[in-house]
Amino acid sequence: MAQLNAQGQPYEDETPEPEAPAPAAAAQASNDALDDLLAEIDGSLQVNAEQFVRSFVQKGGQ
Amino acid sequence: MLPTDIPPPLDVDPARRILGLETEFGLHLDTGAARPVTPEEVAGHLFHSVVQWGRSSNVFLPNASRLYIDVGAHPEYATAECDTLTDLIALDKAGERIVHHLVAGGEERLRNAGVEGTIHLYKNNTDSAGNSYGCHENYLVRRRADFKAFASALLPFLVTRQIVTGAGTLTRTPTGAHYSFSPRADHMWEGLSSATTRSRPMINTRDEPHANAELYRRMHVIVGDSTMAEPTTLLKVGATDLILRLMEARVVLPELTLAREMQAIRDVAHDLTGAATVELTDGRRLTAVQIQQEYIDLVRRHLGGVIAPSAEVDQILDLWQRGVDAVRTGDFSGVESELDWAIKHRLVMRYRERLGCDLSDARLARLELAFHDVSPERGVFYRLQQQGLVRRIVSDADIERAITTAPQTTRARLRGAFVTKALESGRDFTVDWVHLKIAGSSGTTVLLKDPFRTEDARVDALLEALEPA
Repeated sequence: MAQLNAQGQPYEDETPEPEAPAPAAAAQASNDALDDLLAEIDGSLQVNAEQFVRSFVQKGGQ
Repeated sequence: MLPTDIPPPLDVDPARRILGLETEFGLHLDTGAARPVTPEEVAGHLFHSVVQWGRSSNVFLPNASRLYIDVGAHPEYATAECDTLTDLIALDKAGERIVHHLVAGGEERLRNAGVEGTIHLYKNNTDSAGNSYGCHENYLVRRRADFKAFASALLPFLVTRQIVTGAGTLTRTPTGAHYSFSPRADHMWEGLSSATTRSRPMINTRDEPHANAELYRRMHVIVGDSTMAEPTTLLKVGATDLILRLMEARVVLPELTLAREMQAIRDVAHDLTGAATVELTDGRRLTAVQIQQEYIDLVRRHLGGVIAPSAEVDQILDLWQRGVDAVRTGDFSGVESELDWAIKHRLVMRYRERLGCDLSDARLARLELAFHDVSPERGVFYRLQQQGLVRRIVSDADIERAITTAPQTTRARLRGAFVTKALESGRDFTVDWVHLKIAGSSGTTVLLKDPFRTEDARVDALLEALEPA
C-alpha cells in the first residue's frame, strides 16, 4: 500500500512520469489526428451531400 | 407449486436510485431506388429477425432491456433498470450495438425486395425536416403528495443544463446557420404534462412507476438530448441524480424559478457565448452559466452531508465545473474530448475551415449526421473515439457484456435470467417491466413490484420450470 501523508493523501511519486507529452505537443497531435480523420472521410461526405441530407425525413417521435 | 406470496420491499439505501435511458433512433435509408420506401417499410425489414425470435417487434432482451418500434417508425431501446452510472452507460452503449446488428439483415431483406441501399441509424434528435424524437431519462423517486411542485422545482436546472450536457447542433435558419447547444430545445412546448406526442413537455408526469406505486414514482425527463460521449451521459444523468438527491432530502434549492421557461430554453440553446440572460419570476436576469454554477455550489455544500463523497461524484463535479468554465471563458478546449456539444463543435468547425464554406453548407450537415451514425466502422463519433479523441468511462468489454447480460444489482437481473432461460428452452413466454410468465404454465404470473430486489424464490421456481425435463 502507498504511504499516506498527514492529510491522508498518498505521497507524490518521486520518479517523474516518463511520457506525458507537453500540452502544446499533445494539442498538435490531437489536431493532426482530427485532420487525418477529416481527410479520410472527406471524399464520402462530399458525394451528393445535399441529396443525402434531404432524404433523411422521418415522422417525429415522442 | 410456485410460491405466490409477494415478498416485502427491501430496506433500500436512500442514495440508491433506479436509473434508465430510452433512446429513439433516427432511421435513414440511403437509396437510389426508383420507388419510394417508407420508414415503416424499412423498420419492418430491420426488425424482421427480432420478430423471428421474439414473435413481436416489441421485445425484452436477454440483457433485460426493451427493444421496439415506436411512433414514427423509430427503433427504440429502453435500458433495463440500473442503479449505477457505469452500468447505465454500458447498457445504453450496448443498445447502439444491438440496433446496429440489425442493419445487415435489414439491408439484405430490402435487397431481396428490389431496393439497394444503406441503412443508417442515428442516435440524434432531429431529422432534416425538423421532426424531433427523444432520449428519455428515468429516475425512480419516492412517492410524495406534492409531485407536481417537486417536478417543477427541477425545471430551472433542466432548462440550463444543456450548456454542459447538450448534444450541440447546426441550426439552419432562412438567413444562414449557427451552432447551438441543443437540438431538442426548440421542440419543447411546456414544462410539465402527462402527454408526450401532442404536447411536448420537459417532464412527463404520467404516473407509471413500473414499481410499487405506494412507494415510488418515476421522474420521466424528456427534454434531454441523446448523447454519444460516455462522459456526457455520465454528467447528464449524474448531475440530475445529484440534484434529485438534494430535493428528496428536502434541501431548499436556490430560488431560480424562470418566468418563461419555453423562451428561456431557446435563448440558452442559441447563445454559445453563455452571455444570454433568462428572466426569473423574482425579476432578476441570470445567465445559464450563473444558474448552473449555483447548482454546482449547492452540491458542493452538501458533499459529505446529504451527498456521500465518492470518486464518481468528484468526477461529475469536476466535469460539470469544467463545462461551465468552458462556456464562460469561450475556451472549449478543456471539454472537447468529453462533452458532446464541444466534441462536435470542434469537428464541424475544423471541417468548415478545411472546406472554406459557411455553416449552412450541406457537407457540414452530412458530417453532423455521420457523427451520430451508430455504426462503429462508419460513425464519425466512433472514428474519433478510436483515435483517442474522446474520453471513455466504460470499456468495450463492459459494453459487449451488457449486450447479453442484465445489470446484476436490480430487478433486471431476474428479468434477464428469465428471458435468457426462456429463449434457450424454446418455451413461449410473456414479460414486461413488472411481470414474468411462462405461457400455458397453469397461468402463474410473477409480479415484481420491487425494482431493487435481485433474488426471488418465485423466479427461481420459474427458472426451474424452464429446465429441460
